[in-house]
Amino acid sequence: MRVALFLTCFNDTMFPDTGRAVVTVLERLGHTVDFPLEQTCCGQMHYNTGYRPEAVPLVDRFARTFDGYDAVVTPSASCAGMIRDQHPVLARDHGSAALQRQVAEVVPRVHEFTEFLVDVLDVTDVGARFPHRVAYHPTCHSLRGLRLGDRPHRLLRAVKDIELVDLPTADACCGFGGTFAVKNAETSSAMLADKTRGVLDSGAEVLCAADNSCLMHIGGGLSRKDSTVRTMHLAEILAQDEGAGR
Amino acid sequence: MSTPGDRGVVWLGSPSFPDAAREALKDTQLRANLARATSTIRDKRLAVASELDDWEELRTSAAAIKRRTARHLDHYLVQLEESVTAAGGTVHWASDAAEANRIVTDLVRATGEREVVKIKSMATQEIGLNEHLADAGITAYETDLAELIVQLGDDRPSHILVPAIHKNRTEIRDLFAAEMGHWGEPAPDGLGDEPAELAEAARRHLRQKFLTAKVAVSGANFAVADSGTVVVVESEGNGRMCLTLPQTLITVMGIEKVVPTWSDLEVFLQLLPRSSTGERMNPYTSTWTGTTDGDGPSAFHLVLLDNGRTDTLADTVGRQALACIRCSACLNVCPVFERTGGHAYGSVYPGPIGAVLTPQLVGVENAASLPFASTLCGACYDACPVKIDIPEVLAHLRAEVVEAERADRRAPTPEALAMKAAATVLDSPALLGAAQKAASLGGRALARRGRIGRLPGPLRGWSDTRDTPVPPAESFRTWWRKNRSQNEGER
Repeated sequence: MRVALFLTCFNDTMFPDTGRAVVTVLERLGHTVDFPLEQTCCGQMHYNTGYRPEAVPLVDRFARTFDGYDAVVTPSASCAGMIRDQHPVLARDHGSAALQRQVAEVVPRVHEFTEFLVDVLDVTDVGARFPHRVAYHPTCHSLRGLRLGDRPHRLLRAVKDIELVDLPTADACCGFGGTFAVKNAETSSAMLADKTRGVLDSGAEVLCAADNSCLMHIGGGLSRKDSTVRTMHLAEILAQDEGAGR
Repeated sequence: MSTPGDRGVVWLGSPSFPDAAREALKDTQLRANLARATSTIRDKRLAVASELDDWEELRTSAAAIKRRTARHLDHYLVQLEESVTAAGGTVHWASDAAEANRIVTDLVRATGEREVVKIKSMATQEIGLNEHLADAGITAYETDLAELIVQLGDDRPSHILVPAIHKNRTEIRDLFAAEMGHWGEPAPDGLGDEPAELAEAARRHLRQKFLTAKVAVSGANFAVADSGTVVVVESEGNGRMCLTLPQTLITVMGIEKVVPTWSDLEVFLQLLPRSSTGERMNPYTSTWTGTTDGDGPSAFHLVLLDNGRTDTLADTVGRQALACIRCSACLNVCPVFERTGGHAYGSVYPGPIGAVLTPQLVGVENAASLPFASTLCGACYDACPVKIDIPEVLAHLRAEVVEAERADRRAPTPEALAMKAAATVLDSPALLGAAQKAASLGGRALARRGRIGRLPGPLRGWSDTRDTPVPPAESFRTWWRKNRSQNEGER
């Protein structure tokens, strides 16, 4: 199986550890991972902010870059949702017939990281050990967009020595919403305040999720409160070796 | 042809959503009231919805019925007119708020009455009927408890189902004590703030109006095209009194409220109470078909209101908002509404549904901030009993706002310039790589103790409550190129 990593522009720039973690986990499971350097961005920011024509070249680039791979794995639920739900719409409304065909070809092979592990590879125990107290935040795109369901929990439960704790009002949005956090910064802050209170009440040492954007938002709020709770992408927990831990 | 200015819906002079929300967020009492009220009703809704094995099928059916009816709206509206007329009612067509207000005012004037009693109605809120009647010397008395609270306080509704949700019971007690004396029976001395006491005070206050009013004005939850039956669903029984005691009944109904048959109605009567009040069935469901000799009003007028709805119907993505049955489930699950309350939306339709309905009814340029008043979290879509994909419509309307700005302005907005620049960088791995290096250097220059604190300009609001992580020294692509891509040529 030819597996490509679509890391996303945001993770590529801000969270390279997440990319290395995905590669580590997939290689540990016996797969070879490629990172095609022509990849950039899925266009989500432009699409969600109303700049659709600007997103179309990115849709085109994505389809060209990942043409020919058996699977495209991305550690971002919101970017996976953007590709799955919106790339066909953008191709239909703004693209050529050729682009529509390319998009239709590539989209079914795009998998969010936990989907790929659980559904495609049929694995829940990836051989990780992480002796820490961890809470999982189901981001809106994981929960209501991709409907990841209990896939992340199943993966986490299989991690050796992990202590999973419940996050109060877990299904509530953290208030990020991309440019929402800039355009409606105060409303976003009010939502964030409730989310960080939930994280602190959970007693977790580490908060994880399937999207670094929400984690950066929550982590930014925790850091401002001088909290010691760390935020980590789920993949980085799954990449921790037996006996390693941090 | 009506223009958005004739349509009402929005409160003129309202600030943009971010500005209004900023003010509303300072009211910690409001936030506490809203958080308590919405979480209670959320839990009730989930409990009663989960009782039905066929809840998802009901939602799918409801969406399909609404879609089919909208596609043949011209047919069903004419059928409704024929049925209502045959049953002794009179149908009026109003293209916008101004026309609807004129029709209702003329109808009331023709009765010679100077007072009307009103049943809670979003359509009459939308067109600003009470204010229009007042200008014509006619007083409209709201009989729904929450609408009465809003009216006595000279306030605005902040929720579709619970228009006074922004007030707690102490505030309501004080309002009743101060205002009920101006007409009707005053509040009793020593009125407490127990809900039962407050409801009793409202009962007594309104009683005389019910018994003497000759004209009632209502909205409609549904109208059945093939029988000409109009339906009002309510909790308190005030509606039942208004619908049966007066001689003349005037109903103002949005044209999207028509359903083809009683079998279609059945689907909605299961979904609506569960979604709105979290009850299996609402206490009062009133249905009437034209007029009946010796029973109820002897004159019935149905005003069919367009007011931007056919414009909305023309939009293949946005038209799904017309399926709304005004249950408020989306408001109650919305994390934004829960923090800001309804007034921040500057419209009689607040919350997620308001954010998609208002801009379509009045034009995106007249409500440009509303499509952005959401994180696109999707809770509204999951809760919607008629499966309106509100996030999809929000994103669609955002694009319309941006396109309207592009067409309207000679120079692009700073945001448009930034988006264009970002699009150029993101469509080039080389430029992205350069930008990553710049971000890394810049970020580390700004960092203090391993994090970036306050930022200037448009990022100030973000940085008020959040630190930003310091970008890594090396992007993933740089690391990959150095360590993993021996076989791929350097670019």
